Amino acid sequence: MASSARVDKSIYFVPESGWYPVFLAFGLMVMVTGLAGWLNDVSAGGSGDSTQSLIGFAIVSLVLYSWFAKVIEENTAGLNNESVQRSYIWGMGWFIFSEVMFFAAFFGALFYVRTFVVPWLGGEGDKGITNYLWPAFEATWPVVQNPDSALFENPGQSMEAPGVTDVSAWGAYLPFYNTVILLSSSVTVHFAHDAIKAENRQKLIGWLGFTVLLGLVFLVLQVAEYIHAYQDLGLTLGSGIYGSTFFILTGFHGFHVTLGTFMLLIQLFRALRGHFSPKDCFGFEASSWYWHFVDVVWVGLFIFVYVL
Amino acid sequence: MSEVIHADHHDDHDHGPAKGLKRWLFTTNHKDIGTLYLWFSFAMFLVGGVLALVIRAELFQPGLQFVQPEFFNQMTTNHGLIMVFGAIMPAFVGLANWLIPMQVGAPDMALPRMNNLSFWILPFAFGMMISTLFMEGGGPNFGWTFYAPLSTTYAPPSVTYFIFAVHLMGASSIMGSINIIATILNMRAPGMTLMKMPMFVWTWLITAYLLIAVMPVLAGAVTMMLFDIHFNTSFFNAAGGGDPVMFQHIFWFFGHPEVYIMILPAFGIVSHIIPAFARKRLFGYTSMVYAVASIAFLSFIVWAHHMFTVGMPLAGQLFFMYSTMLIAVPTGVKVFNWISTMWRGSMTFETPMLFAIAFVVLFTMGGFSGLMLAITPVDYQYHDTYFVVAHFHYVLVPGALFSIIAAVYFWFPKWTGKMYDETLGKIHFWLSFVGVNVTFFPQHFSGLAGMPRRIPDYPLQFADFNMISSVGAFIFGLSQVFFLYVIIKSIRSGQPAEGRSWEGAKGLEWTLPSPAPYHSFTHPPVVKDEEVLG
Repeated sequence: MASSARVDKSIYFVPESGWYPVFLAFGLMVMVTGLAGWLNDVSAGGSGDSTQSLIGFAIVSLVLYSWFAKVIEENTAGLNNESVQRSYIWGMGWFIFSEVMFFAAFFGALFYVRTFVVPWLGGEGDKGITNYLWPAFEATWPVVQNPDSALFENPGQSMEAPGVTDVSAWGAYLPFYNTVILLSSSVTVHFAHDAIKAENRQKLIGWLGFTVLLGLVFLVLQVAEYIHAYQDLGLTLGSGIYGSTFFILTGFHGFHVTLGTFMLLIQLFRALRGHFSPKDCFGFEASSWYWHFVDVVWVGLFIFVYVL
Repeated sequence: MSEVIHADHHDDHDHGPAKGLKRWLFTTNHKDIGTLYLWFSFAMFLVGGVLALVIRAELFQPGLQFVQPEFFNQMTTNHGLIMVFGAIMPAFVGLANWLIPMQVGAPDMALPRMNNLSFWILPFAFGMMISTLFMEGGGPNFGWTFYAPLSTTYAPPSVTYFIFAVHLMGASSIMGSINIIATILNMRAPGMTLMKMPMFVWTWLITAYLLIAVMPVLAGAVTMMLFDIHFNTSFFNAAGGGDPVMFQHIFWFFGHPEVYIMILPAFGIVSHIIPAFARKRLFGYTSMVYAVASIAFLSFIVWAHHMFTVGMPLAGQLFFMYSTMLIAVPTGVKVFNWISTMWRGSMTFETPMLFAIAFVVLFTMGGFSGLMLAITPVDYQYHDTYFVVAHFHYVLVPGALFSIIAAVYFWFPKWTGKMYDETLGKIHFWLSFVGVNVTFFPQHFSGLAGMPRRIPDYPLQFADFNMISSVGAFIFGLSQVFFLYVIIKSIRSGQPAEGRSWEGAKGLEWTLPSPAPYHSFTHPPVVKDEEVLG
């Protein structure tokens, strides 16, 4: 490995070549074609075979592991000068912006349905004539009586938040706990960052470990919430537009929390191995920005999916 | 892993590329990746072109001649998808890869490995998409806009593969754009302030922003399709409280910025070529930058003009009509500036200049038919007719595509160190120019007379226009095969080119020798105002 003393810091580091990208592209193709075949088979009434998609996933994971390991190795060798670091910062920032726009599509769908579609189907507004399709349909939100409940079974109950005065109901309301947990985790990850700046490794490991734990508790509670929805409330993906928007928004958010927790866990392992210094902690910072991002999305979810 | 990290010596940066297939599979070099993008897009252009010729052959005469309606639908759908996502967009990304690092004085793209990933996803994604044509039930047949419920309830099973292919293409575009933005914002040579950046760099900065903003929305749209198809959700099904029209809103929120993604880099290219051959500085540089930014902003608030006939509140129709018309203002600024650049210049008409001038004239025509379509009550007549087909082909073929061809001829000597054959280039131009107008001009008339798009058969009254159109399409298609011949011949036996291959060409890339060295600027160059500002 090159010693950092011999590295010319004025040169922008361009890796000579790499096998990672083309294998990653190949792995992604194997994974998604496998997934498509699997889904098509199940939808056609078959039993489905997940082997190919799992092989693809394994290839993707292996390549990503090697790729990130290589980048960390290069960074330790001192190849990444300040300019390279700035590229990483821009890169992560714009990646998070793309994630914001991904969620914007689903929030947009929710707002469009609530503002236009459901009232129109119920006979109100400019396109209220739509009501002729299902004259019995009444516009309410959450939609608990679907226009055609033979095609889309009505949900038994929604996940709406209890009223402001109903203190005892809030005590049993999982999303409320999840809000508290996720908001606190944004604070704890910030404390971990402060610990890096103060070069206090024990504090860093402590706060980062606590953040990962909060992430895991959030996920466990969300699984519990989904089980409750499916088994007790009769609220599923198939129960009309309320179930569709509810599960796609909270589901993709949960997926991103899983990803964020995993990223923070990697940073925890790196912290245990002695990585990160006040001036060189991009991996940690990028993960923590991502974590703040999933937190902000949750606030939007809590307000527009649960409370309002 | 025990390999040596090659960055500790200056001379490591001077050696050339690796040999053989590995060079192309594993490369992190912006020029190699640019070349890969350009050849890939040309291959896709020929595939998409063949599909177009199947369409035009079928429409040569009324009645069903060669293909069945089901297959015809797959042809129109895949022609659109392949040309948009496989030909035009990757060609512009290829140009960005080749040019941006040289134009801003950088050694390479900011994130070289991710650059390679953005490219290599594409062959796999398009392999998946094209393979659907051979699957049971056929490939996508719902139009390139894949409106629900055609693409959900009534779609062939292969739509699942199509959805994942779109996801992959989107990931590729997003990564490519992140890379371009990081390169432009972080790696400019000292002294190159934002308002001294070459126009191609400016247009790509804004295009990349548009891509990052809307590609995820497209991913969201196809994800909702996937859930409607396989997980029984009802986003686009009114029976469950959803709305098929909502699909159109989400699609066009992506789709309208998307059409500007396909034209803004073209504006940049033309803003380099016209000053070079008019031997004058670009007129109104600052207003050009603001015009591009305004067009990008407006692109987010005009999407529903694609949906006037589908039903929306009156206030919506008015808003989208006026906001659409507003786009004519910054676009007019640009056309005015190009013409003013030529005004009293000492002009010569080499092939790139011919394509650039044809761009200005024919793109403006496409813009005017766009203004006609923007008028809501009139759109009720034009919607889904061949008038729309003529409109968007005028902005995409003599618009986006001509600019790409112009760029290839213009920067060809810089890339290869060889000059192309000027006579052959001019023949290519005139064949293309005649071909494109013979193909698409008559479609205005058949459209205004009421011929609907996306149909394999039509009443006798449209026969003449369609016959002319089909003849033009074959002329145009064959002249692009001729283009391939010109390029290969010039690479093999062109005359050696100088560093500044064109007398009037300005910009950092022309300060390098031709062909440009494998690594452009290991150390940042000195930025002189007379060089970058023309």
